[in-house]
Amino acid sequence: MSDYTLNPHYASDDVAKEPTRAGFGRGLKKAGELDERIVALCADLTDSTQMSHFAGAFPERFVEIGVAEQNLVTVASGMARMGKVPFTASYAAFSPGRNWEQIRTTACLNEQPVKIVGAHAGVSVGPDGATHQMLEDIALMRVLPHMVVLNPGDAIEAEKATMALARDDKNPGYIRLAREKTPIFSTEHTPFEIGKAYVLHEGDDVSIISTGTMTAQALIAAKQLRELGISAEVVHVPTIKPLDVDTIVASVAKTGRAVSVEEAQAAAGFGGLIAETLGDHMPAPLLRIGMNDRFGESGSPDELLAHFGFDAGSIATRVQEFVANRPQYKKGF
Amino acid sequence: MTITQLEQKANTVRKDIITMLEAAGSGHSAGPLGLADVVTALYFTIMNIRPEEPEWSERDFFFLSNGHTVPVQYAVMAERGYFDVSELTTLRKLGSRLQGHPERTKLPGLENTSGPLGSGLSQAAGVAYTLQYMDKNPKRWVYCITGDGELDEGNVWEAAMFAGKYKLSQLTVFVDRNNIQIDGRTEDVMPLEDLAGKWRSFGWHVQEVDGHNMESLIDAADMAKAITNRPSVVIMHTVPGKGVDFMEYDYRWHGMPPNHDQAKVALHELRTLKGKIRHEGEGV
Repeated sequence: MSDYTLNPHYASDDVAKEPTRAGFGRGLKKAGELDERIVALCADLTDSTQMSHFAGAFPERFVEIGVAEQNLVTVASGMARMGKVPFTASYAAFSPGRNWEQIRTTACLNEQPVKIVGAHAGVSVGPDGATHQMLEDIALMRVLPHMVVLNPGDAIEAEKATMALARDDKNPGYIRLAREKTPIFSTEHTPFEIGKAYVLHEGDDVSIISTGTMTAQALIAAKQLRELGISAEVVHVPTIKPLDVDTIVASVAKTGRAVSVEEAQAAAGFGGLIAETLGDHMPAPLLRIGMNDRFGESGSPDELLAHFGFDAGSIATRVQEFVANRPQYKKGF
Repeated sequence: MTITQLEQKANTVRKDIITMLEAAGSGHSAGPLGLADVVTALYFTIMNIRPEEPEWSERDFFFLSNGHTVPVQYAVMAERGYFDVSELTTLRKLGSRLQGHPERTKLPGLENTSGPLGSGLSQAAGVAYTLQYMDKNPKRWVYCITGDGELDEGNVWEAAMFAGKYKLSQLTVFVDRNNIQIDGRTEDVMPLEDLAGKWRSFGWHVQEVDGHNMESLIDAADMAKAITNRPSVVIMHTVPGKGVDFMEYDYRWHGMPPNHDQAKVALHELRTLKGKIRHEGEGV
């Protein structure tokens, strides 16, 4: 907790906003400056994934693959055999949506550091509708041996997460990105380390364990809950695999209740992961906030976040109800 | 090595394959037997490699895309000195480096992990692209073997389009045109013809050879090296199960190993070149 610096304006209406994909774009270019082994491959979405910054700076290390996601990751696997650290970018709905087996066999089982960049994840993609709103990627990626799974909370963290993935020249990795601008709740000085979860806001009654851009909403929800007399702790989990079990379990041991929040399918996704983790270590009551076994639909991003219960107000309401109805876990009950 | 020596080596490899598969009790027979000649030619003549130094930085690359035929690669690697021939009978057994389908991290000398079809060519193309455009090393060569049934996979044609676009001239693909796949003959299951025309239209230099003629295989590999503005494909016409009469042309041997008695007959055929010569010590 102590060394985590929050953006002091995180809860204000005019908080700075930026899409996480922009942070990725900056991070990849910086990583490319630091390490010439970094190469980038894109499946015809260079601008919208923000890989264009790298492509512009290092044209000789950028490869246009065309709309061919299976080829995208398998060519990258070959490049990794040559000692490169390849980043492959597309929309999450297509990569890893379409090429999961290639990722499993040629990156994970083959133990090559191929990095999968899944842009435009979640319902907040908006008007493009359900086909493009990837919700199953967390589940797909977190079950793969060797795979590192990152879901950064804001653009600043996305930049750090990208650079951290680039430094890992051993493991395949996945980074989940959002299309829309989301609030910046961290700062340049905020720590980020693969495998660490961070307590952003301390509380006693319930642990809100959130991943990705949902953490901005969870923080505001915690403020709203405080006014309702509920003390909520917010644990931000930008690394889904390997999971920081200690930080999560320590928080739930203190509060006795857990709520997971993700903009993805809760079944087998992040919510599933938290259920597994608590089942193993600390069987406290758990509320999983996420998509509940359905697809998204067209609409504006804000409308969709509210419609599916991903905005701060909806989260606060559900946490309040959960706290009222479920007793705190105590050892031995 | 002379052509005759290569042919003898390929025959030894076929015997190794039968012995391995019988010991394993499962695995694929037809494909490995059909590929014995080309894989022998690659490892003993065509490729620039150092068996004692599998990660040698100037080596040529070999990507086996149809991983189920890996017994032939294991047998050739053992005969070439990557590891002892006695290890071959550990194929498919618990703890073995010789997995049922090849795993790069298990056995030094393997370049990729494969089995699910259609991805080896992309990986080979990734290496070839890196050599040509990033490392700018014109000396090293990338070889890939694909099956013909495997060409049903869309991933193959994504890779073919990619290699054609970037004119990956250090890439040579050998297609094992044996006309069989698990459910039957390729032209019944999913027709591939005009196969040469397909590759040509993707921007490839195409050759067709007898996949059991050592001289033709080596010539085709040389010709591919002389083509400097395109990737090359060599469509090898092969006989599935080559060298063992009761396996040849029979698609049922695609995914089946010989039992003890069948292995005995197969080994006898291979030792005597189907009865043409007498094998000492066999008491024929």
